[in-house]
Amino acid sequence: MQFQFENFASFLTMNGHGPYVWAAYGVAVMVLVALVVAPLLRQKKLRKEFSRQLRQEEARHRAAAQRKAQSEPAATA
Amino acid sequence: MSWQWFHRLGSPRWFYQKTSGWLPWLGAASLLLLAVGMAWGLGFAPQDSKQGNSYRIIYIHVPAAFLALAGYYIMAICGAVGLIWKMKLSFVVMRAAAPIGAALTFIALFTGAVWGKPTWGAYWVWDARITSMLILFFLYLGVMALSGAFAREQSGDKASALLALVGTVNIPIIYKSVDWWFTLHQPATLKLTQASTIDPSMFYPLITMIAGFYLFYAWVLILHTRSLVLQREWRTQWVRELLEKPAPAARA
Amino acid sequence: MRVDSLASSPGAAESGATGSVRPPGFYTLFRTEFILAVRRRSDIVNPLLFFVTVLAMMPLGIGPDPEMLARMAGGLIWVMALLATLLSQESLFRGDYEDGSLEQLALQTQPLYFSVLAKVLVHWLVTGLPLAVLSPLLGMMLNLGEAGYWPLFMSLALGTASLSLIGAVGAALTVALRRPGLLLALIIMPLYVPVLIFGTGAVQAALDGYGYGPQMAILGAILAAAAALAPLAAAGAIRISLEN
Repeated sequence: MQFQFENFASFLTMNGHGPYVWAAYGVAVMVLVALVVAPLLRQKKLRKEFSRQLRQEEARHRAAAQRKAQSEPAATA
Repeated sequence: MSWQWFHRLGSPRWFYQKTSGWLPWLGAASLLLLAVGMAWGLGFAPQDSKQGNSYRIIYIHVPAAFLALAGYYIMAICGAVGLIWKMKLSFVVMRAAAPIGAALTFIALFTGAVWGKPTWGAYWVWDARITSMLILFFLYLGVMALSGAFAREQSGDKASALLALVGTVNIPIIYKSVDWWFTLHQPATLKLTQASTIDPSMFYPLITMIAGFYLFYAWVLILHTRSLVLQREWRTQWVRELLEKPAPAARA
Repeated sequence: MRVDSLASSPGAAESGATGSVRPPGFYTLFRTEFILAVRRRSDIVNPLLFFVTVLAMMPLGIGPDPEMLARMAGGLIWVMALLATLLSQESLFRGDYEDGSLEQLALQTQPLYFSVLAKVLVHWLVTGLPLAVLSPLLGMMLNLGEAGYWPLFMSLALGTASLSLIGAVGAALTVALRRPGLLLALIIMPLYVPVLIFGTGAVQAALDGYGYGPQMAILGAILAAAAALAPLAAAGAIRISLEN
C-alpha cells in the first residue's frame, strides 16, 4: 500500500475530480459533526435552563421564609 | 424474572446510567475507523480505471446509504416495540433515530449527486437508487413532522411509530417499483457501468468505512437518546440530582 | 348528524324496539355513509372541479404543443388524480371526530376495521370513481392517444381505491391536529409512489402498443394488500388520535 499521489497538490486536484471528491467529503463530515454536536448543545441548554429554574425556586423559598419570619412576630404579639 | 432485563431496558434512568461508560469507547472507536477509512479511501486506495478519482466518493456514499436504510428499520422496530410493550425508552430511541437517519439520507443524496456530475455529466439523474433514496428522505421527514405535530408527547410517539411501521411495509414495494420504473425509462446513454467485482485494495477501506459508520450511528443514537431522555424526564428526581451534580455552586 | 341517520336505518330501529343496542353492521354503516356523502354535494364536486381546473392549467403552463401534451397526458392526469384524492381525504374522519361519533364507532363491538373500510369505500365511490370516469375526457383534451383511454380509466379506478385506503391511514393519524393539510400530504405522498408508477406504467404500455395486463395485475395486488392492511393501520391510528 502506498500513497497514490505524487505530491499534495495532485492529491488536492485529483486529476480534475478534486472539487467533487472534496465537496462530498466536506459536506459529509460537516453533517456528521453536526450530528454529534446537536445533542451536546441540547444538554448544555437543558443544564442552563435547569440551573435558572433552581435559582428561581430558591429565591421563592427564601421569599417565603422571609414572609414567614415577618408574619410570625405579628402572630405572637 | 427472566424478563427483568427487558423491563429494565425500558427504564430511561437505567439506560442513561448504563450507557455513560460506553460513550467514550464507542466514540473513539468510530472516529478512529472513520479517520483511517477516509485517509485510506482518499489517498491510498488505487484509482478506478473507468471513473478516475471521483469513485472515491463511494467510501462515503455507500456506508451512508446503508445506514440510511438500516436506520429506518431501527426506527420502525423501536416504534413497534414501543407500541406493543408500551415502553417509554423505545419511543425516545425512535425519535432520536429519525433526524439521524434523515441526515444520513441527506449525505447519501448529496454525495450521490456530486458523484453524478463527473460520472454522468449531471448532478441529478432520476436513477433508481437515487430516487428511492429521495423517497426514503421524504419518509423520514414525514415521521419527524408527525412526531412534532402533537401537543401531547405520547400521541406524537404513537402516531409517528405507526407511520414508521406503515413506511416499513412500503419500503420494499417502493424500491421494487422504482427499480421497475427506472428500467422502463432508462435512456440508453445513461447505462451504469456494471460494478462487477471490486478489487480488495478498494474493498478493505470500504469495509472500514462501513464499520466506522455503524459504530458512529450507534454512538450518535445513544447521544441523541440521552439528551432526549434528560429533556423528557426533566421533572424526575434522578435527572435533578444528575443535573445538580456538576454545578454544586448553585446549591450553596 | 350521524345519530339521526342511524335512527332512521332499519337496524337501529329494531334495536331501539328491543331495547338492546345493536351495533350497525357493515352494510348499514356503508349505507349511512353513502347517504351522508351524497348529501354533502360539495365534497363530491370539489375534488372533480379541482382535478379539471388544474389539468386545464397544464397546457397554459407547458404550452399547447399537441405532441408534448400527448407524451405527458397520462402522467399529468395521474398526478392530478393523486392530489385530488389526497386533498379530499382530509375530511374523511374530521366531521365524525369533531362531533364525537368517531369515538362511538371506536367503542362499538364491531371491529373498527369494518367501519373504516365502509368509510373508505364510500370515499372511493364519490371521489376516485368519478375521477376515473372523467379521466378519458381529460385525456382527450390533453391529446392522449386513443389507446390510452381504457387503461387510463381502469388503472385510475383500481389505483384510486388503493390511494383512498392508504390515505385513510394518514387522515386517521392527523385527524386530531388542527391544520393537517400539508402534513397529511407530506406523510402520505411517499406511500403513493408505487401506485403512481404502475398506474402511469399501464397507460404508457398501452400507448406504446404493449399489453398492460401485468401493471393492472400489480395494481390489483397492491389494492388487495392495502384493503387487508390499511384499515387495520387506520383503526390503530384512530385509537391513537382519540387518546389525544
